[in-house]
Formats: sequence, structure tokens, C-alpha cells
Amino acid sequence: MGDAIVEVEGLVKVFRGKVRALDGLSLAIEAGGVYGLLGPNGAGKTTLIRVLSTLLPPDGGSARVAGVDVRADPAGVRARIGLAGQSAAVDELLTGRENVELVGRLYGLSRRQARQRASEVLARIDLVEAADRPVKAYSGGTRRRLDLAASLAGRPQVLLLDEPTAGLDPASRRDLWALIGDLVAVGTTVLLTTQYLEEVDRLADRIAVIDHGRLVSEGTGDQLKDRVGGAVLEVTVPEPDRARTLQALRGVGGQLPSDDRDHGRIVLPAPDGAGTLTEALRRLHAAGITPEDVALHKPTLDDVFLALTGQRATTPNGSGHDNGGGAGRRGQHHHEGAAQ
Amino acid sequence: MSATTIAPASQGSFARTVGDLAVITRRNLLRTLRLPEVLVLSATMPVIFIVMFTYVFGGAVQGALPPAAAGRYVNWLIPGLLAQFALFGGAQTAYGLTEDRTKGVIDRFRSLPMARSAVLAGRTLSDLVRSALTLTLMLAVGLAIGFRPQTSLLGLLAAMAVGLAFGYACSWVMALLGLVVRSAEAVQAAVFMVVFPLAFTSSVFVPTQTMPAWLQPFAANQPVTVATNALRGLVLGQGALPPGRTVAGQVALALLWAAAILAVFAPLAVRAYRRTVS
Repeated sequence: MGDAIVEVEGLVKVFRGKVRALDGLSLAIEAGGVYGLLGPNGAGKTTLIRVLSTLLPPDGGSARVAGVDVRADPAGVRARIGLAGQSAAVDELLTGRENVELVGRLYGLSRRQARQRASEVLARIDLVEAADRPVKAYSGGTRRRLDLAASLAGRPQVLLLDEPTAGLDPASRRDLWALIGDLVAVGTTVLLTTQYLEEVDRLADRIAVIDHGRLVSEGTGDQLKDRVGGAVLEVTVPEPDRARTLQALRGVGGQLPSDDRDHGRIVLPAPDGAGTLTEALRRLHAAGITPEDVALHKPTLDDVFLALTGQRATTPNGSGHDNGGGAGRRGQHHHEGAAQ
Repeated sequence: MSATTIAPASQGSFARTVGDLAVITRRNLLRTLRLPEVLVLSATMPVIFIVMFTYVFGGAVQGALPPAAAGRYVNWLIPGLLAQFALFGGAQTAYGLTEDRTKGVIDRFRSLPMARSAVLAGRTLSDLVRSALTLTLMLAVGLAIGFRPQTSLLGLLAAMAVGLAFGYACSWVMALLGLVVRSAEAVQAAVFMVVFPLAFTSSVFVPTQTMPAWLQPFAANQPVTVATNALRGLVLGQGALPPGRTVAGQVALALLWAAAILAVFAPLAVRAYRRTVS
């Protein structure tokens, strides 16, 4: 706890007197590395970023960034952070270089320092020839990289990235991931929010899953997967049988099945592995349901997310973890048994 | 990668605040220069007003003019339009802030260790520079179509200064609108709601004595009328003012209006800025 660079304790933020965007959230983020904040839309991710960047005052609890309390010394926090992503933006009419210099100046750098810093940062994001063109000519991916570069102008100790790759094409997303990886190598602590599991799986050293403004689970990706249990059972049945299947599987292995409507599956944590599978098949048989497909596999982060929040995460290409979720996870997707 | 320590602005000096103000003002002016079509179009509107009102309304209003206008409607009109466009120039502040807010630029500024007053002050200041250019252009067009100041060059310069001071104060009203009204379209409507009734119930186009009796007490004392009277008095002399008003009195009252507007709306705008949620 001693070297936590971001400490959040019992943080509360209420909008319009009733929406509890943050509802007693506590987190401790150690210095260095990437910390991923994962949660469905409306989970409170952006609100947390806005509180940590002093854009919103918290209604309760406390938050410290690099040892500075956001309420007691917001200006001190601002001097130690960089903010990029959906909450911050670059200026379309200025050139890339002018944007970075502007932010550098507002971090308190002298004109000469800001100019030098802009050259360094622009070289790092590989934006040298386009640096003197207006931003409106840049592609979406280049803008995001510039946005990131601008937030680095003040050499922040903590970089807050709010959905940095939302809406980017896969190639631009990979570029940005590489850039974030480089930042961590020079010692910046990155806190990033995302709805994309692949993003935290690839980038984050630790992950917090939040929902309804509360911490649901926290740990490394592997720890989270272990927490869901040894395996996950997926059952596909014809549409008319869904409700009955959910009913029939209730309590198998001491768990509740979740209805993954988007993919026409019913998902059940299977702590006993094959034992759970056998039990599930027996119940289905007794209910006279013939499944179209039954699969037992190790949990993916997607399953973690579903088990913890009751919702599917978004995948970059729209929906569906099978088409967008990436080949990496599919490798773990081995069938151990199927319906006869 | 040596770790430079960044000094937060709150611990910084007055010099830091002025520095941030200069950076923001420069950025806004640079944006204006990068959009030449907007600059040209926004300069065209006052010119159209001058030409249109001079030639279309000139004949009708001629009879109601005080002798100080030397028989020319354009002499009467130009000081009024200068006051009106000082007010309209302030409206730019609302549009500029709305754009920055909706694009996330305000969020970025608010997350930086800069002087918190610099964003609004820089915005109003850069709009003041724009207004000064607009008013100068209007003066040139006016001179070209027959406007002749009846006092002195000093009077003319003083009139410009009073007009700009009035417009600057109004830009803080617009700053508040730009921050609290959510969508860009609604901001435009809100600005029109403030600007047009004030301009058309004032003495900009016609003497307020020609208006219905129930409207006169408001029309004769509202800020745009007072500012217009002040400019007219400075440019045309005492004879251009309604009975019982003096040039010095109207100038003092116009500056008082500006100070009062500033005293009320600047703190409100700053408060709204601190709470901005985009």
C-alpha cells in the first residue's frame, strides 16, 4: 500500500441527487505499469477518471494521486497528471506541434522548453513530417496519438487514459497499444479505462472490474480468470428452449446460469469441470431439452466480465467475442465434451 | 528523461497567470486566423447593416433626426451600429466557449495546472481584439459612404473605447451562456434572445422618443441605448442626445453599466467554468 501512486477510498459521486456513478469505490494502484479499469457503459469508469483529473469534485470518500489529495490540492494533482481520451481533445485548427506546445506552455514550461519538449514527444509518437500540418487533416488514429503526446508534454507521473482506443480501427489500436507500452517503459503509470477485454488482456498488469460505481473484482488477468472457477460451461439450445434451459440449469455446481443473448448461449461457471458438465447434461436430458452445442472451456476475461457484471463486454468490431475477441483467446477454447 | 517538476499555477505568481492568459489569447486568435472564411463573413454582416439601414431606412427616419446629425442618417446610424456590434462581438465569446466545451478542449484545460481564470479571460480578450477590428472596419465603411464625425478625432477614439468596454462587459454575459447552455444550437438561440431585443428596443436605429410610451422608460435607459447615446454624444456632440442628457453623463452611465455587468456576470461565468461538465 505504501508505494501506491493512486489511492481511492470509498469514493462517492452522485449525479442529480440520485444516480450514484461512484458508490464507495476503493482502489490502490501501484506505481509503474498499466492498470486497466474495465466495466460496462455507465459503470463509473469515466466518472472515476474525471474525479482523479480534478474535473469533478467527489461527493464522498477520498482520492490521492501521486500522494496529493484531489480535494485538498487539485492544482497539485493537475501538475502531476496527464489526461487523454474521450475527455480531452486536441485542437483541429492548430498543427500537431502547436497543440503539444500549447499544452506544454500551460503546464508551465517556458517557450523554449515547450518547443523542445514538443519535438521530443512528436518524435516519440512518430509524428514528424505531419507535425506542422493542421490536425484536421489527421486520421482518427493519428489524432489519438497526438492527444496522448499532448498529455505527455508535462511529463506526468500518472497518465489517465479514458477509452483511448474507442472507435479506432485495429491497426491504429495496435499502434496506440505499442505507444502506451513504451510509456510504461520510461516509468509513467498508466490508468486506462476500456470496454475492450482484448485491450486490458494485452496491456494491463492489473485489472479492476467495476460496475454500478463499485469494485467488483481486482487482480491480474490470470487471477480474475481463476476466480471465476476452473472452467466455464456453454450451452446452446434452440430459441424456444432458452427459458426452460435456464430453469433446468439453475443450481448446477452451486451456480446460476447467465443468459448470453447476443450469442445465443447460456453460460454457467463449472467449478467441478467435467462433473458439472455431466450434471448439466443429466438435467437437460430430464427436461427433454436437446442442446445444439455444449462446450467446456477455461474462462476468458469475457467470461469473467459476464460472471461479474451480468453483461457481455464490447469487442472492438462491434459485438461478439468470437468474431472480435481475437485468436489468442480462442486457443483456450477447447471442447471437452459435446452432446451426443 | 529527467524529471522536471511542474509548478502548479496556484503556487505560481501573477506572472504565471499573465503568461497563461497570453497563451490562451494567442491560441484563440490563431484559430480565428485559420478560419479566414468565418472572419470575412463575420465582418460582412456589420457592413451589410450599415449599407442596408443607411439606404433603406435613411429616408424614413430623416425627419426624426436631431440637427447634430447634420441631416444625414448615416451620421446618426454609425455610432449606434458601433455599439450594437460591440455587443454582437461579445456574442462570439459564447460560440467560442461552446465549441471548446463540446470538443473536450475545456476539459483538457481544466485538467492542466494552469491559471483557472486564463481560459475565460483569454477568450473574452481575444474576442475584444476581434471586435476592435470589426469596429475599425465599420468605421472605414461608414466614412466611405458619407459618415462624418462632428466633433474631434479624440471624440471618435473615445467613442471606440467606450464601445469596446461595453462590448467586453457583455462578452462575460455571453461566456456564461456559452458555459451553461448545453447544445450549440441552443446557445445560438439564447444569444439571439439577449442580443436582438436589446438592439432593436434601443436608440441604435431610431430615437427612443418615437417608440410607444409604455416601452420608452425601458428603451431610454437600457444599456444598449445608454452606450449608443454615449457614442453618439462623443462623435456628434451634445445636440445628438435626447433632451436632458449630457455627453459626460451618458459616457459615465455607459461605463457604469459595463462595470455593473462585469461585476455580476464575470463571477457567475467563472463559477460556471469551475463546474463545467461537458
